[in-house]
Amino acid sequence: MTTAPRDDIRFLLGDEERRLRGIDPQMTVLNYLRLQERKCGTKEGCAEGDCGACTVVLGEADGKGGLHYRTVNACIQFLPTLDGKQVLTVEHLKSPDGSLHPVQQAMVDTHGSQCGFCTPGFVMSLYQMWLDGGTDDRGAINDALAGNLCRCTGYGPIIEAARKAGGIAASDPVEHHRRMAIADRLARLTSDKAMLAIEHPAGRFFTPKTADQLAQLLVTHPDATVLAGGTDVGLWVTKHLRRLDPVIYLGDVADLKTVAMVGDDLHIGAGATYSAAHDALGHLSPDLGELVRRIGSRQIRNAGTVGGNIANGSPIGDMPPALIALGARLVLRMGDVRREIPLQDFFIAYGKQDRAKGEFVEKVIVPKPANATQFRAYKISKRFDQDITAVLGAFAITLENGVVADLRVTFGGMAATPMRARQCEDALRGKPWNTANLEAARQALARDFTPMSDMRASKEYRTLVAQNLLTRLYFETTSPGVATRLVGAEAMAHA
Amino acid sequence: MLETPDILMPTPGLSGGVGRASKHDSGPKHVTGEAVYVDDINEPLGTLHLAPGGATIAHGRITKMDLSKVRSAPGVVCVLTADDIPGVNDISPAHTHDEPVLPDGLVQFYGQPVFCVAAETREQARAAARLAVIDYDELPAILSIDEALAQQLYVAPPHVMRRGDATLALSRAPRRRAGRMHIGGQDHFYLEGQVSLVVPMEDGDVFIHCSTQHPSEVQHNIANVLGRPANAVTVEVRRMGGGFGGKETQAMQWAALAAIVAVKTGRPAKFRLDRDDDMIMTGKRHDFIVDYDVGFDDDGRICGLDLQYAANCGFSADLSAAIADRAMFHTDNAYYLGDVTVRSYRCKTNLVSNTAFRGFGGPQGMMAIERIIDEIALTIGADPLDVRIRNFYGKTDRNITPYHMVVEDNVLPELTNDIVKSSDYRQRRADIAAFNATSPVLKRGIAITPVKFGISFTTTFLNQAGALIHIYSDGSVHLNHGGTEMGQGLFVKVAQVVAEEFQIDLDLIKITATNTGKVPNTSATAASSGADMNGMAARNAAIILKNRLIDFAAGHYGVATDDVRFVPGRVQIGDVADIGFAELVKLAYLGRVSLSATGFYATPKIHYDRETASGRPFYYFAYGMACSEVMIDTLTGENKVTRVDILHDVGRSLNPAIDRGQIEGGFIQGMGWLASEELYWDDAGRLRTHAPSTYKIPACSDYPQDFRLALWSAGRNVEDSIHRSKAVGEPPLMLAISVHRAIADAIAAVGDHKIIPVLDTPATPEAILRAVSRVAAETAGGGR
Repeated sequence: MTTAPRDDIRFLLGDEERRLRGIDPQMTVLNYLRLQERKCGTKEGCAEGDCGACTVVLGEADGKGGLHYRTVNACIQFLPTLDGKQVLTVEHLKSPDGSLHPVQQAMVDTHGSQCGFCTPGFVMSLYQMWLDGGTDDRGAINDALAGNLCRCTGYGPIIEAARKAGGIAASDPVEHHRRMAIADRLARLTSDKAMLAIEHPAGRFFTPKTADQLAQLLVTHPDATVLAGGTDVGLWVTKHLRRLDPVIYLGDVADLKTVAMVGDDLHIGAGATYSAAHDALGHLSPDLGELVRRIGSRQIRNAGTVGGNIANGSPIGDMPPALIALGARLVLRMGDVRREIPLQDFFIAYGKQDRAKGEFVEKVIVPKPANATQFRAYKISKRFDQDITAVLGAFAITLENGVVADLRVTFGGMAATPMRARQCEDALRGKPWNTANLEAARQALARDFTPMSDMRASKEYRTLVAQNLLTRLYFETTSPGVATRLVGAEAMAHA
Repeated sequence: MLETPDILMPTPGLSGGVGRASKHDSGPKHVTGEAVYVDDINEPLGTLHLAPGGATIAHGRITKMDLSKVRSAPGVVCVLTADDIPGVNDISPAHTHDEPVLPDGLVQFYGQPVFCVAAETREQARAAARLAVIDYDELPAILSIDEALAQQLYVAPPHVMRRGDATLALSRAPRRRAGRMHIGGQDHFYLEGQVSLVVPMEDGDVFIHCSTQHPSEVQHNIANVLGRPANAVTVEVRRMGGGFGGKETQAMQWAALAAIVAVKTGRPAKFRLDRDDDMIMTGKRHDFIVDYDVGFDDDGRICGLDLQYAANCGFSADLSAAIADRAMFHTDNAYYLGDVTVRSYRCKTNLVSNTAFRGFGGPQGMMAIERIIDEIALTIGADPLDVRIRNFYGKTDRNITPYHMVVEDNVLPELTNDIVKSSDYRQRRADIAAFNATSPVLKRGIAITPVKFGISFTTTFLNQAGALIHIYSDGSVHLNHGGTEMGQGLFVKVAQVVAEEFQIDLDLIKITATNTGKVPNTSATAASSGADMNGMAARNAAIILKNRLIDFAAGHYGVATDDVRFVPGRVQIGDVADIGFAELVKLAYLGRVSLSATGFYATPKIHYDRETASGRPFYYFAYGMACSEVMIDTLTGENKVTRVDILHDVGRSLNPAIDRGQIEGGFIQGMGWLASEELYWDDAGRLRTHAPSTYKIPACSDYPQDFRLALWSAGRNVEDSIHRSKAVGEPPLMLAISVHRAIADAIAAVGDHKIIPVLDTPATPEAILRAVSRVAAETAGGGR
C-alpha cells in the first residue's frame, strides 16, 4: 500500500462537495439524503431495492476521462460506496430559473404522476435514459423502468413520457463539457487514490482499490462481510437490522472489474456488475443475454455483480445454473494463493460453499459454447420482469445427426443449491433426440430433484415445469416453426 | 334547485373549468420531489419514532411479556402495551368493539402488534422492538375460510338477498351447472406506507398529520382512544402516496399509538411502518370462496341462481359487513338473473383483518358471475359474448336487480355495439381460433366483459359531504372540502368545478389540505364518491358566494340581479360595468359582504332496507366494457396480455385526462389482482409475501403492448350528478376481469373449447398450468 488510508467519505451531491467523517458507514444513501441532508424528494417505498422510489443517479469516472452515469437504489447502498462519485437526486434536475427538466416536463404533460410517490424514482430512471440519449423502443423503455413500480397509473403515461422526453446527444458539446468538468472535480476530490478505512463504533468499513489490497484485508479480517453491489447485503441491514463489522467493499477494486475474452473464455472479475457484463454474456449466447436482462432491474444490475450472485450461494440465484451448464470455472483467492474449481463444485449445500475464511471469489471464467452446442436458459417466475425465479432451467445440448452427443442440464430453484440433473442427462446422452427419449428424460428429471413448496411455487409445479422446460428445449431444437416464447427477442413479434 | 346544464365543451377563454384535461395540480411538485408527504414534513425538534412489536403466533394468550430489554435498549423513551391506553382500547370502525389498539392478552393473528416502542430514532425503535421475550399459550388457529365455515365462526351475521324462488327455478331449469371458485385477496401496495406524525398541543390536544382516506374517523377514534372529546383532535391530510382503500381504516392504529406517545411524553411522535410490517399488519382485499348452482336454458339464458359467498374477513369485522354486502350487490354485474338467492358468510379467521380495497367487494361479486357466464357458454357451445348479451338487463323488462332496484340507466347494449365494432372482436376471435389450431405450445384467448357498478355508499347516511370556500379581498380563493387526495385527481376536479362557477382561472384557487378543523364529520374518500359529493358540496358553497356577490353588485350598480353575469375572468353588470372578478370581490369586501361560505351535499333518491334487502342503494350505475386478448404458454403457464380495448362511460367527464388515468390505472391494478399478485400464508399463519420481492404487482412491461382506451362519447349521467359526470375511481378495476376470462379462453383452446377450464384467481403461471393440465387430461380421457 503506497497511500495511507483515509477516513472521510468524499463525493459530490449535485454540484456540492461533501466530506463526511464520523458517520455510521452502514447508513444508507437514502437515509443520508432524507435525514441528514433533508432532501426528501427521494422516497422510501420498500427499503429492499424492489420498488425504485429511492432511485438516484450516480456519476463516476469512466476510466476514459469522461463520466459514466447509472441508476441505483439509494435504499440499499451504504454511504461509503459514494466515495469519489457524484450523486444526483430529483432535486437536482430543475434549472436554476425554475423550469422543469425535459423528463419532468414530459411526466407532467402526459399526466404521468397520480399520487406522485413513485414519481421521483421514475424521473431519475427517465433522466438516466435521457442521459443515454433517449429511446422510442418499448422494450428498451420497459427494461429501463422495470425497477420502478407505480401503483396508480398502470404505466401507460409514463411510457409515453419516456418517448416524449427524448435524450441528449452524446456529442452535445455543453453536456460533454459538463461531464468532463464533473469528472475532473471527482478526480481532484480523490486524487490521493487512498482507500477508505472507517473506524466507527457502529462498525468498520474498508474500500480497497486493488485486488492485492483486498486479499490482504481479507487475510487480516477473515470474518469480514464482503460487500459488492449490496443488493443482498443491503437487506441484512435494512430488514434484518444486522450490524456488520467489518465490511470490505470490492466495488472500488479496479482490477476486479474486468470483463474480457481471453481466447475462447470470458473472464468476469468479481466486481463486474451485471450491466458491465451484460453485452459480453449476450455475445456468448443470446439466451444468456436474455437471462441477464431479466435479473432484477436496471438499478439492481447496475449495482449487483455476477460474482456476488455466485459467492452468496443462493439456491435461486440466476447466474449459477446458467454458468454451470456452460461449464464455467471459478477462481478463488486467499492472500496470494489462487485456486480454480469448476463452478458446480462451489455449491456444497444450502448456505455452504467451497470458500474458506479469508478467501474470496476473484473471477468467473465462462467458456464460449462450441459451435455445435445449443444453449438455452429459461427463467420461470410469477412476473416476467424483476422477479425472483421459481424455476430456472439451463441446457447446453450438442446434437449430432439427431443424437444427443452431449448435454448439461442445470436447474435453479429445484434443490438447496443450483444443481446438475444427472439422471436426466444420463437418460439422453448418446441417445436419439426423439419424443420417446424425451419422455424418459422427463421421468428421470422427476427423480433428480425433490423441490420444496413455498410462496413462489409448489413442489408439484416446480417438478412439472422443469419437465416441461425440457419439452420446450425439444421443440426449440427440433421444430423451429413452433413458437415457444412469450417474451424476449425470441418472442413472437407477429403474435 | 340546481340547474345543471350539459357540459359538452369546456368554456372558451377559461383555463380552468369543467370538461378540460387540466393537469394534476401537484404534477410539477411530484416530478421535482417538492410535493410534501407526511414523512417529508420537517419534524419538530424532539420527535420520537415508533416501531411495532408483532406476535409470533396466530392465535393464543400471552402468558408473559418481558419487555425489559426493549425498555433498556439504546434510545428507547417509552414502551406501550394495552395498559397504557388512556381511553377506550378499540379502533373498530363500525363500532363492533373487536379491534384493540393493542390486544389485552389475546393474540388473533401472526404479526399482530402486541406492544410498541418509541425511541429517539426510527432505527433504535425498530431494533428495540425485536428484543421482546413473549410467552404464549397457543390456541388452535383458524387459517382458512372452510375451517371458519365449518365452525360457523363469523365477524358479522350471515345475510341473504332474495328475489323469487331460486330453488324452484333451478329445479325447472333445462340445464344446470354447479361449481366453486376461489378468489384471492390483494395487498394495496400503496407506494407510501402507513404514516402519521402527531404533534402534542395545549390542553392535551393533538394535531395529527396522517396519510388517511378518512380523517374524520381517525379524529373520532383517536379521541376515544385518548379518552377525550372529538374537538381535542385535529387531523390533516395534504396528500397520500396512494390509498386504494388501504388507508380508509388502516391508518388508525398507527396514528392512535403515536397520539398516545405524544400525549404521554409531551413530544411529537411519528409512526412510519416499514414495508414488511405494513404488509403483515394491515388488512387487504378479502379473499372469497363462491359456491354456485345456476340454471339456464338452451340459449344460455339464466333462469335461476343460488350463490353463496364466504368472505375471509380475518380476525375482526372492520368494514367486512359492508364489503360482503357490496359483493352481493354485484352478484348480477350486468345480468338479469331470474329467480335468485344470494347468501353471504363473513368468516372470522386468525389472519389480519381484511379491509376496503378499490371495488369494496364488488370485484369478487362480478368475478364469480363472469366465470359462470363463460361456463354456460362453453356448456352450450356458444360465443361467450352472445351469452352475455342474452343475459344483459333489459331496458323495460328483465330490469330488476336481486335487491329489487329497477335499473333505469342501462347503456350496455349501446356500449356493446360500439366496442364489438371498435375492437373487431368477431374477426379476431376467428383469427385466434385459426392460430390456436396450428400452435401446439402458445395459445391465445380473447374475452369481452362488462362492468355495471353501483354508485353510492350502501350505508346511506355516509352519502353526505361538506366544503368550505373563502374568497380573500384580493380575489384569491381558498378551497377546502372533506375529500382527500390520494393521487386520483380529486382536488383538481373540485377546483375545476369551483373555477367553472366563478368563471375564474384555476391558478386563482388554492387547493388546501383536508382538515377536520375546517370541514367536520366527513365520510371517507371512498366508494368512488369523492368528486360526486365533494364537487357538489364545493359547488353549493360557490353558488352561495356567487349569489352574495350578485346581490351586492346589483345593489351597488343599481341593476337587476339577472343582469349580473359571470363570464370568463370577468363579471358583466348589465351595460353599466364590466369588471374583473377580483375587482368585484374587493368592492364586496368594502361593502361588508361575507366572503366565506360552507357548502353541503346529501345524495338524493337513495334508500335501502337491509332487513328485506331491498330498495335503491345506488344513485346511479357506472358502466364500462373491456376486450382483452392474451397469450399463454401451455408448458409453463406464463402469460401475457397482448391487446386491450376499453370503452368506459364516465358520463360528461369533469376532466378527461384524470378520468383516463383512473381507468387505465384501475385496469392494470385489477390485472395484478387477477394474474400476478398472490398472497401466500404458511401453515403457521405467517404471510410470506410481505414485500415487493415476493409480492408481484404489475411492472412496466406488463402494460399491454396495444392498449386502446376511449371514454364513451355518448356518456351522460341521467341523474343530476355534478355536471352530469360519473364516478370513475373503482369501476374500471373490474374491467380487468376480461383478462382473466381471456386467459380461461386460451386454456379452453387446449381442449378445443369442449372442456370447461377451472381457473381461480389469481391466474398465476402455476394456476394456469394446473388448469391446462386438467383440460389436457380430460381431453385425453374423452371429454366431459
